[in-house]
Amino acid sequence: MSTINQSGWKPEMGSAGEAGPATYTGNKALMLEEALIFEIGTTGTTGVDLTDAPKVTPRLGNLARNRDIGLPGLSEPETVRHYTRLSRQNYAIDLGFFPLGSCTMKHNPRLNEKVARMEGFADVHPLQPVETVQGALAVINELAVWLIKLTGMHGVAMTPKAGAHGELCGILAIKAALEARGDPRSVILVPESAHGTNPATAAFAGYAVENIPATSEGRVDLAALKARLGPDVAGVMITNPNTCGLFERDMKAISDAVHAAGGYVYCDGANFNAIVGRVRPGDLGIDAMHINLHKTFSTPHGGGGPGSGPVVLSEALAPFGPLPFTERHADGRYTLVEEDTASARHPHSFGRMVAFHGQMGMFTRALSYIMSHGSDGLRQVAEDAVLNANYILRSLEDVLEAPFAHSGPCMHEALFSDNGMAEGFSTLDIAKGLIDEGYHPMTVYFPLVVHGAMLIEPTETESKATLDQFIGAMRSVVQRAKAGDPMLKSAPHHAPRRRLDETQAARKPVLVWREPEQAVAAE
Amino acid sequence: MRYLPLTPSDRQAMLGVIGAKSIDDLFADVPAEAQLDGPIHGLPNHASEMAVERHFSNLARQNMTASHTPFFLGAGAYKHHVPASVDHIIQRGEFLTAYTPYQPEIAQGTLQMLFEFQTQVARLFGCDVANASMYDGSTACWEAIGMAGRITKRSKAVLSSGLHPHYVSVAKTMAQYTGDTLDTASPELSPATDSVRLLNAIDRETSCVVVQYPDILGRIEDVSAIAAKAHEHGALLIAVVTEPVALGVIKAPGDMGADIVVGEGQSLGVGLQFGGPYVGLFACKEKFVRQMPGRLCGETVDAEGKRGFVLTLSTREQHIRREKATSNICTNSGLCALAFSIHLTLLGEKGLRGLAELNHGLAVQAADRLSQIAGVEVVNDTFFNEFTLKLPKEARPIVRALADRKVLGGVSLGRLYPDVDALANGLVVAVTEAATMEDVETFAAALQEVLA
Repeated sequence: MSTINQSGWKPEMGSAGEAGPATYTGNKALMLEEALIFEIGTTGTTGVDLTDAPKVTPRLGNLARNRDIGLPGLSEPETVRHYTRLSRQNYAIDLGFFPLGSCTMKHNPRLNEKVARMEGFADVHPLQPVETVQGALAVINELAVWLIKLTGMHGVAMTPKAGAHGELCGILAIKAALEARGDPRSVILVPESAHGTNPATAAFAGYAVENIPATSEGRVDLAALKARLGPDVAGVMITNPNTCGLFERDMKAISDAVHAAGGYVYCDGANFNAIVGRVRPGDLGIDAMHINLHKTFSTPHGGGGPGSGPVVLSEALAPFGPLPFTERHADGRYTLVEEDTASARHPHSFGRMVAFHGQMGMFTRALSYIMSHGSDGLRQVAEDAVLNANYILRSLEDVLEAPFAHSGPCMHEALFSDNGMAEGFSTLDIAKGLIDEGYHPMTVYFPLVVHGAMLIEPTETESKATLDQFIGAMRSVVQRAKAGDPMLKSAPHHAPRRRLDETQAARKPVLVWREPEQAVAAE
Repeated sequence: MRYLPLTPSDRQAMLGVIGAKSIDDLFADVPAEAQLDGPIHGLPNHASEMAVERHFSNLARQNMTASHTPFFLGAGAYKHHVPASVDHIIQRGEFLTAYTPYQPEIAQGTLQMLFEFQTQVARLFGCDVANASMYDGSTACWEAIGMAGRITKRSKAVLSSGLHPHYVSVAKTMAQYTGDTLDTASPELSPATDSVRLLNAIDRETSCVVVQYPDILGRIEDVSAIAAKAHEHGALLIAVVTEPVALGVIKAPGDMGADIVVGEGQSLGVGLQFGGPYVGLFACKEKFVRQMPGRLCGETVDAEGKRGFVLTLSTREQHIRREKATSNICTNSGLCALAFSIHLTLLGEKGLRGLAELNHGLAVQAADRLSQIAGVEVVNDTFFNEFTLKLPKEARPIVRALADRKVLGGVSLGRLYPDVDALANGLVVAVTEAATMEDVETFAAALQEVLA
């Protein structure tokens, strides 16, 4: 198929590939090198004006600090410039297409930032008397109601701090429920294609982890799963839609089989974006599912967090959920169920997972996003996300092997392998080539069930023009990988750094900055 | 819908390329009985930006904010002034809307920031190395206990009674499932901590001792003797710092022999935010680095020999090791770590020390003033910016009565320890640079009134 280059750049304008003359500073115009704060700051510099401390007799016992810490300071203008320069070495959704599969890098609306910063939410302490934080508790409660209704579940635990923390919440609820009925079990079943957090979470909770095989279509093998179920199986952890970008057609049958064998069903909800508003996990027999507010509900990823991972729970598991949580009373007042009232209001709770009440700043953002879309808009989100992914799948399947494309449409992400590239060329080279084209690469080498996996998740906030240009760039890079272009092997050429030596970083870890003379002395 | 760029004609054209008749074809794998045929009942449809903003404004107004009232709450979350440039920088899209730096060539901004953050945290805590952040202080504390178990291959942790009760609760929750045993106790309203209990509890089964510094009542005590005894018995000392500003004027736990130092970084850059998101700090001795949880950023070079940074030692982590990982953590608290690091860079050593001295001076003055109220006693001999008052009455209703008078006058120990009658009259009061002496006077007058 033909694609149109939308950027306005024409090949006859010449290549930007020449390195050009070296510069005195090492800078390349807008690409600015920046030293570390330890190299440019001093311990005697501060960018904050403080009033003098009152003269008092210290009450520090004999613990007054007796040596310097070694913290460099910068003036305010230097600070702003340091971090602004650093920021420009980052790729971000605000800059361009970021199709990182399974991570749902969608647009982060700025309205959400604005409401999260309202003083009534940003400047309140978690331990204020509940009478003084009724509006904050209302936000938590309103979001909880949305999440319960969107998923068709019975309750929700709002406190988990991220997806993996939510997984732990769900698995602990399952464990508590089994122990409460005097039936402790020892095994959690996890498909091979699962996120690494799934087996890590189950192991952390003390379970043995066993793999469930997949069918050639990329879905859970129902017959094999049924054969393995038994009195030692506490539950299964299934990602749906799964990490191959496919809906688990047999989900209800899986749930029924697990329940019949006395176990519980955990669903990894990382990919809820594909089905929000169209499918309710509660209708599929799910007992617990975390929702990454930083994926489906657009709270910013912030370079690796903070996230937020509320867990919706079935009627069977809700009594075992963590403390604290909000309660709305008939008169419209909100209270918190904490340790003091837990024995009366929530006696079977497995306990507390975090200090305080969870990721309030993410709750305001997610609720703002949800209200903006509404029930109708969220359904459109899922539909556009799935449409965009299928458009990419069908526009690239003639140049890239799509191992599961024959079995039908994908959901929110398209999965390809790197079979068919020239000798010595693989997914990594394609990813680095995309960097030079101005894209953040897709997720690479995950899921593990596909050779050289490339998992592309466009999300619903990308226009057709953006997708068309990406498809064109991807086809070009793939052709170069098939032709064995040596320039691709050494990509990226235009990024702030060339390929970085990860082996050296791991073999001789340098995790903190040390004065150069110290570093020499240590060798 | 303002966030969705596809037009109806785009959708038609794309369906054509795909070879689908309608969007429903793309959901063909979802069994019909699981599909909703329209919007979910009882949920509103989309709303304008103005309507959403109005809804939140109305809710925000129902909360009493820390900046608009005399405010003295602490107990693990502190009100400090955050310079305007911090919030400006963290809202730059290149930081705000980036992901975990999996592609280091186009994530050097985040990676260099994390390397600087790790160095700042390690130095502040008196440790060799630090990681790229955890969810918060309470989860960092539990992860440290788990790490001590892996290092010592023992499972008994001895927790100081001065450890934040929420942190203790989190550890108890996790320990029920991991088989660890926790030796815990409730604090007493006395100037001394329970260090004698801790020393007596250390034995050959002990994996670690966990102390908080300053502790939940605000007391500060030298932990060197506990470190020495723990080390004699092959155990580790974990120190928990919930108020990192304190380390501007008091010794770092690492300097007193702590093996792992964890903390809550909310005080610097992050703000109160009703409890989250915050940022967990995690530092330790270099020899334990391969047992650490969480992301680590390390220095390396690129193909042209230029210095650069990458995520490293990922063979500890869940995406590689799966069920054998040191932790299931994936997301951390990157943007809050950035806020922490910017604030600490603005302060520098000089500013942090000045800020800490200011906090301490104001707290000493406030303690002296409040202790003049009949029947009110300051429990602490030592403290940084937080101390505990023993009131002549139960503190929890007093806190509510103060709130009715528009004073947020501390955290009652009754809220934190509902089951411990002996603590019911305790009130933990934090005094930071955000409080003025007029605020202290208003607080003192209101407290006198409600106690009368």
